Amino acid sequence: MDAREIKTDEYYVTEEPYYETVADEVEVFEAAYKNQLPVLLKGPTGCGKTRFMEYMAWRLKRPLITVSCHDDLTTSDLVGRFLITGGQTEWVDGPLAMAVKAGGICYLDEVVEARKDTMVVIHPLGDDRRVLPIEKLGHVLEASEDFCLAISYNPGYQSVLKDLKQSTRQRFIALEFDYPTAETEQKIIEKESGIEPEMARRLVKFAKMTRNLKGNGLDEGASTRLLVHAAKLMVTGIAPVTACRSAIAQALTDEADMLAAVDELSGSVF
Amino acid sequence: MEALDAQSIEALFEPWFISYQELEAPSVAVSKLNRQQQDFALRWVEVLSGMNDELAYQCLLNIPTAFARMPEETIEQWIVQAMDLYDRKGLMGSVRHLVDIDNFIALYEKRLYSLYLDEVTEVLSRFIHGLSGRSLKLAQSDQGIFTDTETLFLPEILHELPERQDNFILYKAMLVHQWAQLWFGTWRVDIASITNAYPEPKKALLLFHYLELTRLDARTAHELPGLYREMVRLKKHFKEDCTLETSHREKLTALSATVQDSVAVLAECYGKTEPIQCCYQGVLNTDAVRETQTLRLEKEKRIFRMGLFDELSEIEETPERLNERFSAQKIEDSEAPDGFTMMLELDGKPMPLPESMKTTLNSIVQDLGDIPPEYLEAAGPGAYPAELLEKEDPANVWTGTYHEEGAFIYNEWDFQRRHYKKNWCALRELEVTPVYDDFVQKTLNKHHGLIISLRKTFEALRGEDKNLKRQPDGETIDIDALVEAYADKELGMEMTQNLFVRRHKVDRNIAVLFMVDMSGSTKGWINDAERESLILLCEALESLGDRYAIYGFSGNTRKRCEIYKIKSFSERYDNDVKAKISGIKAQDYTRMGVAIRHFSKLLLEVDAKVRMLVTLSDGKPDDYDNYRGQYGIEDTRQALVEARRNHIHSFCITIDETANDYLPHMYGAANYIVIDDVPKLPLKVSDIYRKLTT
Ligand SMILES: Nc1ncnc2c1ncn2[C@@H]1O[C@H](COP(=O)(O)OP(=O)(O)OP(=O)(O)O)[C@@H](O)[C@H]1O
Ligand SMILES: [Mg+2]
Repeated sequence: MDAREIKTDEYYVTEEPYYETVADEVEVFEAAYKNQLPVLLKGPTGCGKTRFMEYMAWRLKRPLITVSCHDDLTTSDLVGRFLITGGQTEWVDGPLAMAVKAGGICYLDEVVEARKDTMVVIHPLGDDRRVLPIEKLGHVLEASEDFCLAISYNPGYQSVLKDLKQSTRQRFIALEFDYPTAETEQKIIEKESGIEPEMARRLVKFAKMTRNLKGNGLDEGASTRLLVHAAKLMVTGIAPVTACRSAIAQALTDEADMLAAVDELSGSVF
Repeated sequence: MEALDAQSIEALFEPWFISYQELEAPSVAVSKLNRQQQDFALRWVEVLSGMNDELAYQCLLNIPTAFARMPEETIEQWIVQAMDLYDRKGLMGSVRHLVDIDNFIALYEKRLYSLYLDEVTEVLSRFIHGLSGRSLKLAQSDQGIFTDTETLFLPEILHELPERQDNFILYKAMLVHQWAQLWFGTWRVDIASITNAYPEPKKALLLFHYLELTRLDARTAHELPGLYREMVRLKKHFKEDCTLETSHREKLTALSATVQDSVAVLAECYGKTEPIQCCYQGVLNTDAVRETQTLRLEKEKRIFRMGLFDELSEIEETPERLNERFSAQKIEDSEAPDGFTMMLELDGKPMPLPESMKTTLNSIVQDLGDIPPEYLEAAGPGAYPAELLEKEDPANVWTGTYHEEGAFIYNEWDFQRRHYKKNWCALRELEVTPVYDDFVQKTLNKHHGLIISLRKTFEALRGEDKNLKRQPDGETIDIDALVEAYADKELGMEMTQNLFVRRHKVDRNIAVLFMVDMSGSTKGWINDAERESLILLCEALESLGDRYAIYGFSGNTRKRCEIYKIKSFSERYDNDVKAKISGIKAQDYTRMGVAIRHFSKLLLEVDAKVRMLVTLSDGKPDDYDNYRGQYGIEDTRQALVEARRNHIHSFCITIDETANDYLPHMYGAANYIVIDDVPKLPLKVSDIYRKLTT
């Protein structure tokens, strides 16, 4: 229950995470960081955004505090709240306040899911003021110079109504993520699962087929993450078509005809 | 029960037929059947006569023979199939089916392993979409298995193999062979003129196809090894062995082989090698390809050049130089059939293209293997004649060959047969032409007092944010609770944790879509009433802050269902929307089911907790073809049931006083309202809101 008590030390990434650079994202992020500019990661699910953040936190040697946003996320969840313990009221910092104080990287995942009024608290942090007002304590936290704010969002399946507000998005340096090139993706799958190259190549080919179906019955094609999952199953000895079905097809759709078609596609490749 | 005699049978038949259909002889024939068979015949002939007299008559003529040959369940199948054929192919096809009982029986015997294309179209068309390249359509054809480079044609039914699963594989193999022709460039040469140069062009074409088959199979084996294993199994079943000389074979099965190699080998082996027909190869239909390819090349060149101009206009206000600015670079790509993909450069710098332009570019490269220089000249306005461009305007779609392009396709419910007619209706989204006149102002003046009270009514619905006391957490401390808690503690009792005040935001999160009947029958006062009501509604809804959209619907037959956008969910209620409301005009007929299905889809796309679909209409569903009466009512009802299943609440507000008969059946007794006066409508809507949100 006392998750809030964890010291920021524990948020340091001590071992180098495996991250395969796709383009110039590492340089751009570092430049943004040096200039104290907040960063927006755009891109479909499972394409390496979280992994990239872990990697950057390791490179920059800063603690990484991740918050997954959802529609009940209140300002207090981010900033902090009073708790009563043993008859005493006690103020406990939320993850954002923690990162601001400790000079960590705060990563707000799927930021559009959060309530609109909640998002507003990051505005003063996102411009050159770099402050976090804590209304309930009646004071304003000034961000440490190492502090960095990063948010992510997937433009693909947002409805028009849940788009990111201009006043929010125009504060950030945008980094666009997409599925890596075939070669890079194959390498990622190999490294992450230990599968042999030929099988990884076929998985990438199969992924491309499902991506062709995006907008033609699928909302989203197979992500790199799903390919890694399928590869892991295959390494454990599951037959490729079964692995693709359980790790990929079922994750993409519930519709019977589509499932059958995706099965046929994986059956063709393996 | 005793069998009926010829005379009484004829008397029963009479009202279903037109006078020239001779009833005496068939009545005599039916009188020879037993009573149970007679009842069966009478029942079905009546059903069919509701669809088409001639269809029913042909059934009547043949049904005695049918009884002599088949048991009753099979006869039922025979009739149901006739009805399906009537829907899909018209009278001729279904009559042919009724007459040819032998053929039906032969097929029926194979039914356990026969596979109809209809059964697997959905899966196969998704499958083919997953493969690379130009997006392809599937269609059924009586003229063999072939492609015109945009559609892949397959036979209606396969029973070549004694297992259903194998017949499915055969479908897949046919499909993939056609796809391979397009992906690996079979049609990049002019096949007709090559084979016509031989003494026997037909023979040359067959041989050429055989060579291409060899080449394409090798590419398929590499690209889709899993599928190729299955294809090999089929070939084994049909005992197809290769008759090519080894050197020719090796040349064609190399992964670098192109269609040019097949052309070269053709010259060497013509007259020496006998081609083998493969079970999935179909034919090379050079005429069909020429026709579509020519049209497409022209169209895509135009689209591409105009697209380049648009790209330029994004960067420069008025693009000046249009030539020699774009160039194409080949980037190595081992996954592409030619070993490269195309990248565009503008003034020597890489230039990212929007998705639609990429698609066009790839399609052009698929046809030509390259991108010719003349494609890289941007084409500004005026470069192409306006008539040419107009053809692609959605409103003109039915005049040209663009039949179902850009349309949404929906199923329709046939209550008599209790099944869906697949892909039956084509629906198009059009815009209402705005009319900027004083209609809105007049309405506002006319109903000034009403609008004020409406706003009040709706504001009352809005609800207020509330402070919830004694919560386990919250924004502020609940002093009262805290004081009590300390008091408890002093008394040695347990201290409660619920010491906070939390502000509860009323999250309305509602989306409403109003669908407005724009059928011909609304012309006149009903149309005025609808438009006035909409203005009142918008004024009222604006104060509520909920999301709402307004669409009109009309149409003329199943191929031409239309909806008119007046206000989408994301649009604001501004002068343009007002002008569109003013511009609502009575159009053709009403085909309600398909409109409901489309609007449900739109509603499901918005993120909301409560979704509502409110129909404003003057009367029952009606369309030019068979959509009258019970058929239309039942389809509409079914569409509403589907909506309900998706948690969409439907209501109907109607201005038709006779509506009471059928509305309860369609909307359920509680969900419809008949009004006789415009001002009542928004009040009714507020009632509906209250019901749903409190
Ligand atoms: N560039 C990359 N380098 C290394 N691994 C990667 C890379 N891209 C994707 N992966 C793999 O894909 C998996 C999913 O990536 P990650 O969790 O970072 O996705 P994400 O973009 O954060 O997705 P979501 O939006 O769903 O949170 C990782 O666990 C990793 O295995
Ligand atoms: Mg993530």
